[in-house]
Amino acid sequence: MSSGNRFFNYRRPCAGLTLALMILGLTLASDDSRAEYGDIVINNFSEQAGMAPVIFPHWFHRIRYRCKVCHGDLGFQFQAGGNKIDMLKIIEGEYCGACHNGEVAWPVDNCNLCHSGKPGTPTQVHESTLQKLLVPAGGTGSTQGATKK
Amino acid sequence: MTYGACDVLNISVRRILLTLTLTLCTAWTHAGEWKSLLEDGIHDPAGPAIGILQQPAEALGILPPDVTGNKVRWRKALEDGYINPRASLAPDTRIRQLDTNILMRNTGDLPYVLFPHKPHTEWLDCSNCHERIFKSKTGATPMTMLAILNGQYCGQCHGAVAFPLTECGRCHSVPATEAGNAASVR
Repeated sequence: MSSGNRFFNYRRPCAGLTLALMILGLTLASDDSRAEYGDIVINNFSEQAGMAPVIFPHWFHRIRYRCKVCHGDLGFQFQAGGNKIDMLKIIEGEYCGACHNGEVAWPVDNCNLCHSGKPGTPTQVHESTLQKLLVPAGGTGSTQGATKK
Repeated sequence: MTYGACDVLNISVRRILLTLTLTLCTAWTHAGEWKSLLEDGIHDPAGPAIGILQQPAEALGILPPDVTGNKVRWRKALEDGYINPRASLAPDTRIRQLDTNILMRNTGDLPYVLFPHKPHTEWLDCSNCHERIFKSKTGATPMTMLAILNGQYCGQCHGAVAFPLTECGRCHSVPATEAGNAASVR
């Protein structure tokens, strides 16, 4: 017979309570509510190349474009850091460069408007549920969960 | 394997505790107003972008409020015309929308999940989900909350940009007692 809902392990008498306390504890400990939900930090190549990490604010873009435009037409994967974007591709009109070309949105020579992250910030989905539940206080968001998407 | 009365009680108590905890976490982590870019913890406070980029409060403060995520009811914002985001860059892009609901009954003792295609296809194209994340055939995609919490299936967006996974009741919205004999696809 199936073990039922895998989220709860019935054979461990305190699993649910432990999980609940763990989540609550980590949430309270990590209360440092910061950047907007869905903000993406992209630091695949930036700091290696001497530039600040890129911050992509979903909230700003989804007011103006539906998800399908970038995640369909422009080919962005649903994974922070999963697109291997570099400036050459952007200048060629791929990814961000489809709009950030001086016609639709600001051109690529405004380096610091995208490369605006705090030094040392790793690639992540900021404020993601997993990040909120699993990253301890002062964490860098570099857990698998935070970088998964 | 069978469970006795004590096991059932324990499971219920644990579930209530977990639900309560998630609710508390939601309230705790999403209380307060939008942070300015200067103090959001990921922008460089010394960088030139701070004074140029739009502040979240300016854009989000005029949209329908929510208690979690961006504190914006994005679906309502779109449906009620608060925002009118473009659906394509190229004029010849085919806009596809679907208005069917899927009722998922394999939810343990939680309420059934009602998935509405309409609000999803307002934002997304069919190809964003099918067939890479979800099979088109109803019931053919095996999902668990563990996988979703780990960023798979619904968790590709919910918990990252769409409303957070702490909002159990927004998906688990149909009590089994109210579902009656409705077909799985309505």
